Amino acid sequence: MADTMQFDLVSPERRLASLEATEVKVPGADGDMTVMPAHAPTITILRPGVLRVVHSDGTDEYIVSGGFAEITSEGLSVLAEKSLHKGDVSQEDYDAMFDEMQESYEAAKKTAAQENLPGPVDEAAKLLSDMVAMGEEIGLSTRQPSL
Amino acid sequence: MPSLKDLKNRIESVKSTRKITKAMQMVAAAKLRRAQEAAEMARPYAERFNAVMAGLAASVGDSDSAPRLLAGTGSDQTHLLIVMTAERGLCGGFNANIAKLAKASAEKLRADGKIVKILTVGKKGRDILRREWSDALVGHIDLTDVKRIGYADAQGVAKDVLGRFDNGEFDVATLFYSKFENVVSQIPTEQQLIPYEAPEEAETDSSTLYDYEPSEEEILADLLPRGVATAIFSALLENGAGEQGARMSAMDNATRNAGEMIDKLTIEYNRSRQAVITNELIEIISGAEAL
Repeated sequence: MADTMQFDLVSPERRLASLEATEVKVPGADGDMTVMPAHAPTITILRPGVLRVVHSDGTDEYIVSGGFAEITSEGLSVLAEKSLHKGDVSQEDYDAMFDEMQESYEAAKKTAAQENLPGPVDEAAKLLSDMVAMGEEIGLSTRQPSL
Repeated sequence: MPSLKDLKNRIESVKSTRKITKAMQMVAAAKLRRAQEAAEMARPYAERFNAVMAGLAASVGDSDSAPRLLAGTGSDQTHLLIVMTAERGLCGGFNANIAKLAKASAEKLRADGKIVKILTVGKKGRDILRREWSDALVGHIDLTDVKRIGYADAQGVAKDVLGRFDNGEFDVATLFYSKFENVVSQIPTEQQLIPYEAPEEAETDSSTLYDYEPSEEEILADLLPRGVATAIFSALLENGAGEQGARMSAMDNATRNAGEMIDKLTIEYNRSRQAVITNELIEIISGAEAL
């Protein structure tokens, strides 16, 4: 059994990483999962969180704001809507992402009030709290979301 | 017969025009390289995305629970044409070609009794379409201030389109843009955006059976709006590269034409200069003879 797998991290604008990884922790929408070589083929949506890649030269961490991951027999491709290396995330970047989530939460709340559907609001609220959790994990100051 | 001074002035003015077109050509060449790089870098994402989408759409597509972005609204009465052109002119037939394709399509739809709405992205397309289709224009997205197309710009356009779709403003959305083949050829293209149609070239490896987390339907519901943004982003990048390519070849032509014109004018200038000298000589000689 191979002990490494191909790992690709791409955002719409560029390819952030392409390397041989031994293990990758993916922030899946239904919970974190660690992908190792020969993982069952899976497609999962991502929640905002930290992606941890372990490879022969150490560990890299990236933040992702959403997107999805595709696990095949060859490896793992993460298609992230917005992604940055953990070291490159500034407070402004994080604040911008936070504001976006807060905004979409407000929007969801507004439509829900009209159509009386709580589903999207709960989802947006979850995304928002994921965002807060991510901010805490990477050690940036985060505001309290107004839920 | 223009005087010598007139000719001289004209040669000077054509020369400065040539300088300008030459500079524009070089600027376009530099921008083209950057635009091509951007398009290149965006390709892996779009390819993987389309492959996954095509697979998902194929497996969920037939069920009744398919999202509206995939299955459509059940009608095709109102069409939204999203016409994406450049913000600036002086790039040959680039904008006109896209607008021409959009116009042909709009006329065909109208002849079939459909309602046509047009959303323009890029100033030039709006300017062209405003003449005949002003009543169909429902909106315009201005990207004049955008120096470098980013995914956020595409998301902005997608948000606008999806908002209109949710409000029931249209049933079918089609994207008009130019595919970048190479520097000299950009192919105006139309692509159906909503309901989602898998691009033909997208490879579907249906041999792999995936686990889905959460369910297939939920993933699809999450991906479809992103798919709209991704398609728009790809189109914007293709357009960006195409615009610079078209401008480069248009300016190359202009530079060459200016060069030819300068040559012609110079010959004419020299001829008339010689004619003047000959005339003067004749005058002097005949004056001397008369003495």
